[in-house]
Amino acid sequence: MAKKSTIKKIYPTEVKSILMAGVGGQGILRASDILCLVMMEAGADVKKSEVHGMAQRGGCVTSHVRYGGKVYSPIERKGNVDILLAFEKLESLRYLDYLKPDSRIIINELELYPPAVNLGDMIYPEQAIDLVKESFKTVKVVKAHEIARAAGNLRTENTALLGVLSKWLDIEVAMWEKIIREVFPKKVVDANLKAFHLGRAA
Amino acid sequence: MKVLMSGNEAIARGAYEAGIRFGVGYPGTPSTEILEEFSKYDGVYAEWAPNEKVALEVGIGAAVAGAKALVTMKHVGVNVAADPLFTVSYTGTNGALVIITADDPSLHSSQNEQDNRNYAKFAKIPMLEPADSQEAKEFIKIAFDISEKFDTPVFLRTTTRVSHSKSVVIIEDPLPEEDRTEIRVTPSKYVMVPAMARIRRLEVEKRMENLKTFVESFEENRMEINNTEVGVITAGMPYNYVKDVFPEFSYLKLGMVHPLPEKLIREFAAKVKKLYVIEELDPFIEEQIRAMGVEVAGKDIFPFTNEFDPGVIETALKGKTPAAVKLPAVAIPPRPPNLCPGCPHRGLFHVLGKLKAFVAGDIGCYTLSFMKPLEGMHSCICMGASIGMAHGMSKALKEKGKGKVVGVIGDGTFLHSGITPLLNMAYNQGEAVIVICDNRTTAMTGMQEHPATGYTLQGVKAKELDITALAKVLGIDSVRVIDPYDIKNTRDVMREELARQGSSVVVSRRSCVLFKRHQTEIRKPLRVDVNKCIGCRNCIGLGCPPIAWRKFTDMPANEIIKNAKKQEGNSFIDADLCTGCTICRQVCKVGAIVEVE
Repeated sequence: MAKKSTIKKIYPTEVKSILMAGVGGQGILRASDILCLVMMEAGADVKKSEVHGMAQRGGCVTSHVRYGGKVYSPIERKGNVDILLAFEKLESLRYLDYLKPDSRIIINELELYPPAVNLGDMIYPEQAIDLVKESFKTVKVVKAHEIARAAGNLRTENTALLGVLSKWLDIEVAMWEKIIREVFPKKVVDANLKAFHLGRAA
Repeated sequence: MKVLMSGNEAIARGAYEAGIRFGVGYPGTPSTEILEEFSKYDGVYAEWAPNEKVALEVGIGAAVAGAKALVTMKHVGVNVAADPLFTVSYTGTNGALVIITADDPSLHSSQNEQDNRNYAKFAKIPMLEPADSQEAKEFIKIAFDISEKFDTPVFLRTTTRVSHSKSVVIIEDPLPEEDRTEIRVTPSKYVMVPAMARIRRLEVEKRMENLKTFVESFEENRMEINNTEVGVITAGMPYNYVKDVFPEFSYLKLGMVHPLPEKLIREFAAKVKKLYVIEELDPFIEEQIRAMGVEVAGKDIFPFTNEFDPGVIETALKGKTPAAVKLPAVAIPPRPPNLCPGCPHRGLFHVLGKLKAFVAGDIGCYTLSFMKPLEGMHSCICMGASIGMAHGMSKALKEKGKGKVVGVIGDGTFLHSGITPLLNMAYNQGEAVIVICDNRTTAMTGMQEHPATGYTLQGVKAKELDITALAKVLGIDSVRVIDPYDIKNTRDVMREELARQGSSVVVSRRSCVLFKRHQTEIRKPLRVDVNKCIGCRNCIGLGCPPIAWRKFTDMPANEIIKNAKKQEGNSFIDADLCTGCTICRQVCKVGAIVEVE
């Protein structure tokens, strides 16, 4: 079973913020739920916030996750997010003003065209990753789609990205595994665990 | 036990723990999940009413019978329920009655951002406002206690951030339900004819006086004295935002925003040098404090519009800080919500957008079709407005409006508040064509049941309203049903009905593509045959997410196949997203859209 976490020793009172950003239907809300449950398991206070409703219809989706000793606001202010987890390439650009100069970024190398690009009115910024790298030192780029395929279930992209993120968070792997087992229906637990570990190794 | 819960889940849990077993509401973001979650608990009876007015009346009936009733709705829903609301304040509630108003600062999914704290003052009803999920769970219990103790309806107000944020909640065992229902006849209390209402009116003032005494010692009006240089009076979610940025300030955090604790406010004001009220939307608390003659700052530096966040507070109090990082100089295409791939509304609005008619719209997913490229809707005011507006417009335009005015409304919205305006149109010999987009569910808020779906909130098989029969019985001259996946027929029927004398209803019937109940056929995704595509962009004009435009100038020379003189590019279909609805194949004039083999 899960061992006691070291999180309290690392962040006695300091509150950290992770911003997940992507497109409706990518499993962002599920991913941020899992992250919160893992942090709770590790003994942290945690809050998260996102907006439901219109955003489900293919619009941008963001989820703020904040954890630490005592968390007040469920949303972080601009210029203060510690880690950005972008589920889509273009979405990595949209929220850079939420970051600090030393923030770390994970980008899923996936392109989903918004309406203005489909119509030919605007250009999809292909060079998004290079642009992000110009301003930030730590940028990890992964292809979660391929990881999910290797895990045997295309819907495990979000868990694969959590695997990538987990490398930057000092939480016991057993805690992640415990929550993944609890959260998913039995028949997809193994694929999600596999995606998580492949993501972690990516 | 500690669990992670949204504010909405916590309200449902709190009501259940308090022994509440009766719930009624109408879905609307951000309130919907409260009743959905509540309905799943053991021994609970919960139902979706067709609209908020009915929901409140059902709740009032249950309360008058002696039950403790939970009624849920979004902020604009309270407008619909306002008629019974103002008078149930006079009658009182016997059992208990708590009304949830879920407000939406920033209009994340609403047509306005009205501040429903004003309803508390206007209707003389106490209002509680939690700041997170744990408080949401506690406050709903307190709300029922107050309702019972003071014989009054009680409001519990959330905002989108309270309803949809998740935080840690300690859950407890539920109290068993106590059945105190019985038939008691007390006309002097419940028959609000003028003579009796005048007497109850005095009771309302007495009750407000009693509540004003109560709030002075109400423990959820909490003072936190730290540094006395700055004191902040706040309530609900903004408390968290200020606390996050300025933990050193002193606070008076109000758990109840109506009525306000005047003595406590004066006491707090006397303890601090500079006093701020920090509240989203209207200066509701601020104006009342000013009226007490207490010097306070608020909307002179904080915005009137949109929700706050810690950054808004910081900027207002410290001035704007420069951006922490260099942002890339690149145009970021916006990503607004869009009709889903395979959405049945797309075919209908493709046709409506080309009719050269005014399309009075309504509230639902289909409202998104006002955007480019469909541009198939020209107004949206509130639930049910489409039909009345189309009728009024057509009457005002007279001959100029013949064949030029359409009203469009979804099935859920039609049942919410479209029936009476349709009756009105039939009765007053209206000429507009009303399209009811029947996607067999309340899609926008996430597939809630309604009187035409055949099931109740708790999954019981129910009577299934026949919308066409209803339209006929209301007196509509012509009622027809179309499949919006059939573009030619949709266009023909719309033209015929617009040309017809008298009133028309066209039911555009096809299940929401995300709703599994009615889905039986498996459709193959489509692709564009570049050997045939002439680059006319007809398919692009549907605004379907899988269909994209690629310019020849962006393509390698060996991939360019030109089939028309002035062709500048090709369209492409992402087979992973395509549902095979065939609407694009029907608008393609050269047969370039074919099934993926």
